[in-house]
Amino acid sequence: MIPAPFDYSTPATLKEALTLLQQLGDDAKILAGGHSLIPMMKLRLASPAHLIDINKIPGLSYIKEEGGYLKIGAMTREVDLEESEIIRKKFPIFIDASKLIADPQVRNLGTVGGNIAHGDAANDQPAIMLALRAEVVITSLEGERVVPIDEFFFGFYTTAVQQGEILTEIRIPTPSKGTGSAYHKMERKAGDYAIAGAAVQVSLDGKGTCTQIGIGLTNVNATPMRAFRSEEALKGKKLSADLIEQAAQLAAEDCNPSDDLRGSADYKRTIVKALTKRMIHKAAERAVNS
Amino acid sequence: MEKQITVTINGEAKTLNVEPRLLLVHLIRENLNMTGTHIGCDTSSCGACTVLMDGKAVKSCTVLAVQADGKSVTTVEGLATGNNLHPIQEAFKENHALHCGFCTPGMMMRAVELLDKNNNPTEEEIRWGISGNLCRCTGYNNIVRAIQYAGAKMRGDKLPSTDPVFV
Ligand SMILES: Cc1cc2nc3c(=O)[nH]c(=O)nc-3n(C[C@H](O)[C@H](O)[C@H](O)COP(=O)(O)OP(=O)(O)OC[C@H]3O[C@@H](n4cnc5c(N)ncnc54)[C@H](O)[C@@H]3O)c2cc1C
Ligand code: FES
Ligand code: FES
Repeated sequence: MIPAPFDYSTPATLKEALTLLQQLGDDAKILAGGHSLIPMMKLRLASPAHLIDINKIPGLSYIKEEGGYLKIGAMTREVDLEESEIIRKKFPIFIDASKLIADPQVRNLGTVGGNIAHGDAANDQPAIMLALRAEVVITSLEGERVVPIDEFFFGFYTTAVQQGEILTEIRIPTPSKGTGSAYHKMERKAGDYAIAGAAVQVSLDGKGTCTQIGIGLTNVNATPMRAFRSEEALKGKKLSADLIEQAAQLAAEDCNPSDDLRGSADYKRTIVKALTKRMIHKAAERAVNS
Repeated sequence: MEKQITVTINGEAKTLNVEPRLLLVHLIRENLNMTGTHIGCDTSSCGACTVLMDGKAVKSCTVLAVQADGKSVTTVEGLATGNNLHPIQEAFKENHALHCGFCTPGMMMRAVELLDKNNNPTEEEIRWGISGNLCRCTGYNNIVRAIQYAGAKMRGDKLPSTDPVFV
């Protein structure tokens, strides 16, 4: 399978890329890791007339702690997260995910920015970013704007990134002491997209009361989904097995999975309940041990 | 419109004019006539097309040739030095880690990167490490043993037994 013909540029600076994007309008697409876009182009599900490859632009790949945030540059590869000391020590949720996102070769090229900008509820980073209450930095020739993750996903393959804009950074608020996070997804085989997945971040005070919670779900809704009612059921309460069971039940009721080759909607709801429950327990355990 | 690219393949710089839509695997197999790199699924699932690009294992069916401009690419043809097999090649041979051989070049290229990062991986690390490479013949056990063998060889440790194991 070979993509339809297209023209190709490798701008050396962000400004050059943004200028090209503005000139070319709808005809152009950004090429990051290419591991969602190139397969779609080979299948002729996408036929952009022009690819703007942003891999040669310096300064878009980093993982750093600054000003109360963990900042991840858009071009940071999945493998860089996997191998980062900061991530290993402080954000085990990404280590949970790194084994489950595609496979090592895909993670060598796939970027964190692209994983989110693709706007696919089947991808794993979106649910994680919902749980971590991330903010997305979007840059255009006019400057930067910061979009909360809850306002980022518009629909199938559409996000807050508009014409003439590039996603440049993801910011994650530094969690308070006593915070833990965890992610798991069910997959049919190594490297497959999720049947369903659950991402959880919990903050506990000294008495075991849940002061903050984020729960994101993978591939069980048209867009990556926050399990609002589950969060509300736990916030401000002392966590107990019963309460966690109830919260997980709410997630299963609120998600909107479809019947497809990965299973029936009913089956996926069962998976959502089980995973949400397990990930709340695991995140809480990590919070206690943090 | 064609673009001029320079790619260093197995140590040799090549300058070519290519269409932007040309895939790296086609550049390697068809323009450069190196057919050691295989195409299995053509959908980034099987790993048969794995090569190293600047030392990183990538699926060359999902990389554009123009993306390799200015980079160094290693294929299976670049593993041996003269008549001396690379440790991973010797390991696959000694451990019967292939049957039909279709997955083998991609499997070895990924194994080379894996051992480059950690030359003493656990069995679990090896199994996760090759989770992007499918083999329809061997059942993987001998591939895992071969990677352990190559690791030992690269560390200069005593080589593990290559006697067949029946599981
Ligand atoms: C075999 C296989 C299995 C996979 N399995 C999984 C999986 O289990 N879980 C998972 O999460 N993902 C999976 N993926 C997807 C993979 O993680 C992709 O790499 C990721 O979805 C997209 O990142 P990318 O950098 O490759 O983006 P690209 O493919 O380059 O781009 C994707 C889209 O986002 C746009 N875009 C990218 N970066 C930016 C930016 N900075 N600003 C604006 N727009 C941008 C592009 O224009 C394009 O429309 C799999 C992919 C393959 C090939
Ligand atoms: S041919 Fe490239 S991954 Fe299968
Ligand atoms: S040896 Fe035949 S596919 Fe692996």
